[in-house]
Amino acid sequence: MAGNTADKIQGGVLGWVDARFPLSQLWNEHLAHYYAPKNFNFWYYFGSLALLVLVIQIVTGIFLTMFFKPDAELAFASVEYIMRDVEWGWLIRYMHSTGASFFFVVVYLHMFRALLYGSYKKPRELIWIFGVLIYVVLMAEAFAGYLLPWGQMSYWGAQVIVNLFATIPYIGPELVTWIRGDFLLSDATLTRFFALHVIALPLVLLLLIVAHIIALHEVGSNNPDGVEIKANKDENGVPLDGIRFHPYYTVKDLVGVGVFLIAFFAVVFFAPEMGGLFLKPANMIPANPLVTPDLIPPVWYFTSFYSVLRAVPDPFLGVIAMGSAVVILFFLPWIDRNPVKSTRYRSFAHKLNLAVFVVTFVVLGYLGLQQVTAFYSEMTLRFSVMYFLFFWLLWFHSRERSAVFSLASFVVLVGVYSLYDVTRFDPANALLLYTAWLLPTAYLFVTMVVPVFARNLGRDRPVPERVTA
Amino acid sequence: MKPPLIAILALALLALGPVSLQAAAPSVPLDRVQVDVTNQASLQRGAQLYFNYCMGCHSAQYMRYNRVGRDLGLTENQVIDSMIFTTDEDGELVNPGSLITNAMTSAYGEEAFGVEPPDLTLVARVRGEDWLYTFLRSFYLDESRPLGVNNPVFENVGMPHPLWELQGWQEKRADGNGGVRLQVVEPGSMSGPEYDRAIRDLVTFLSYLAEPIQADRQRIGIIVMLFLLVFLVLAYLLKKEYWKDVH
Amino acid sequence: MANEGVDRRRRRFLVAATTVVGGAGVAALATPFVASLQPSARAQAAGAPVEVNVSQIEPGQRISVGWRGRPIWVVRRTPEMLDLLPGIRERLRDPDSEVITQQPEYARNQYRSINPEILVLIGLCTHLGCSPAFRPEVGAGELGADWPGGWLCGCHGSRFDMAGRTYRNQPAALNLEVPPHHYLSDNVILVGEHAEGGTA
Repeated sequence: MAGNTADKIQGGVLGWVDARFPLSQLWNEHLAHYYAPKNFNFWYYFGSLALLVLVIQIVTGIFLTMFFKPDAELAFASVEYIMRDVEWGWLIRYMHSTGASFFFVVVYLHMFRALLYGSYKKPRELIWIFGVLIYVVLMAEAFAGYLLPWGQMSYWGAQVIVNLFATIPYIGPELVTWIRGDFLLSDATLTRFFALHVIALPLVLLLLIVAHIIALHEVGSNNPDGVEIKANKDENGVPLDGIRFHPYYTVKDLVGVGVFLIAFFAVVFFAPEMGGLFLKPANMIPANPLVTPDLIPPVWYFTSFYSVLRAVPDPFLGVIAMGSAVVILFFLPWIDRNPVKSTRYRSFAHKLNLAVFVVTFVVLGYLGLQQVTAFYSEMTLRFSVMYFLFFWLLWFHSRERSAVFSLASFVVLVGVYSLYDVTRFDPANALLLYTAWLLPTAYLFVTMVVPVFARNLGRDRPVPERVTA
Repeated sequence: MKPPLIAILALALLALGPVSLQAAAPSVPLDRVQVDVTNQASLQRGAQLYFNYCMGCHSAQYMRYNRVGRDLGLTENQVIDSMIFTTDEDGELVNPGSLITNAMTSAYGEEAFGVEPPDLTLVARVRGEDWLYTFLRSFYLDESRPLGVNNPVFENVGMPHPLWELQGWQEKRADGNGGVRLQVVEPGSMSGPEYDRAIRDLVTFLSYLAEPIQADRQRIGIIVMLFLLVFLVLAYLLKKEYWKDVH
Repeated sequence: MANEGVDRRRRRFLVAATTVVGGAGVAALATPFVASLQPSARAQAAGAPVEVNVSQIEPGQRISVGWRGRPIWVVRRTPEMLDLLPGIRERLRDPDSEVITQQPEYARNQYRSINPEILVLIGLCTHLGCSPAFRPEVGAGELGADWPGGWLCGCHGSRFDMAGRTYRNQPAALNLEVPPHHYLSDNVILVGEHAEGGTA
């Protein structure tokens, strides 16, 4: 790219700046002469949209910080002050609360895109790891922010999550007291969560996002065909399947922004509570350490992992399981070792695996919002098992497996959870148990055993040389 | 001081299965109510009921008198005459810009009713409009209760029936199908339908009180949607135009 | 990338149209954010007009009340004080209240008040905002034998006469400000609002 800046030696303000700061160079490297695959589809909108939500959250957050009082006595009233007394405060606050949920919508879709097209695979492992780090910090950011309005849900939700640390053997109780800075969740906790939410975590988030984008622009974007566009260049070194990010993807992303903003503002103006999913009615009651609400579900974007936590009867092991459900994402590049990136050219068995994973994640999310019943807790257990089975199958489908290995591992896996079912067998719930047992078993059967007999269901297809239109 | 491990673990277990520590959801089906927060006449009637019957015990401490007046189309003098009964430490009526706090201290409330009467600013968002509408129409005579009334929507509520002069007194009767229904045994100044309408007005006001900008935001929302549609059409045409280059 | 057949005019038009509409959207969205920084309903309520009963003020006496966090002085001037006002015109910078930002139209007269007796002022020096001291005594010691009574600012020595008018050759360039006010009755002034409403 040195050649480009040499061409641009010119007078004027731009020339003056370029001699001192690589402005044109940055513009060219990351936008004007950054070549992106020309076959991006719907799933490729969510990266730029995540940046847009980040900007919305930072700007609205700065303004809310001007009016909010991080004090247990004043916090709740200051939120209502924003909603009533500050001119347009309601709009700023609803944009921020809606933005939090939309951030996760966009990030989940963005992550699903990576799963769909193998965007975490070599050479993009670091992009993926930065991405998962962003996701983890975003969860911490959302959790800290949710405490700030100091309503009943803020208080008890934080109570429950903070107390998860108490399950750690030996140091747990002391650790929880240290996190709270008091013997109960109190003003001390609120002020430190405020500091984390408004400055510490956003700084980390920004740094990680910069790293994520730098890493992306170093290796270039993946695409729905999983073809490396840099492998096919013309005589000028321009990728044959690439187009300049600007203007082509800037104008395309603008369309995405338009659609996104319609959805975003539809919620802000017509359904800011989103039926209790985004803002919960119980959070309209000031925090009261003496009264626990009927039901304390986390906000929807945490509920899938919360279900995994609830699936395990032992508290500490539950926390381990929940943590593993997040941490396992970091290892995705080394779990899925199949050289074919895009699901388009992967086997039927893999496609089904991915589809079941989406269903599993959504069902777990739904279950996490519900009151515990025998049926729901049985489903929570089964779907939690299926959550982890997805990763096993991802590894399993890294290449075509022999009949013996397929059948043997199927028997072992089914054996392991069946053994657990025997230990917890309860005649009163026998029918429920048998039926639910079929869920993971059918899942494994279709994705592992069936391909042994119908070989083409387990076989990947050839990947084209060039992107398909 | 080291908190007992058992207590910590018990709290952690809350995470594994939320336990109900409060009264369960109402056992009776709620009556549906349609409220229209753009209907100023209904809001004004509801506000009148609110300031006459509710605010003696309940505050609305996040809202200001003059905001209610402005949104309901009342003049400052009307606000002072019909809403403000609270005085400051000098015995003067409070300023119309004040928050709608009230004179009953929480200590007195606890003594008189066993619980502090909750603030009502956000009650419509906490309970929902249907709940309020049903609750306020469901008080019945029950001699086992200290105040002589009970309510199926909120069992053993520590609140008297504030609107008995309007509704009269109800009693629980068998409805002939194995269930129970409430029947007026001593009529008040309003007929049944009149009382239902009055309560709908009151719930409309409470709904407004919980989110005073709700009518505004829907109106503004429509303009924003139309604007964004124009933007989207232009952005789409622009994208189409540029992407003619890409083969 | 083939550039033949590109309709440049259409492209330019669409770029311009999208930019204008998008820019208008950003500007429209910025408006609520800027507006949110204005005094909130709480500040408005705290800054509401205040009633002052002047019946208890003795001739020559000054009382101080608060409005929007600023001291408001109300003085009942004696006939002697009023008689001295025309005589010091030459020593004043703006004797006829020509700087219209410093008083409402109804206080733009030789007494700078609605009722000549009762003077209402914002008690902050127009130089840098200190609150000047009330020095009503004529010919008071260090202020010189020709001092007709008025205010002395302790910060930088600015002087004002019994109508809040500033002297020549001193730091304060403007007369003390008369706040919006009107009479609710003979003895009750509402400070902070014009008779026709509003504060501007």
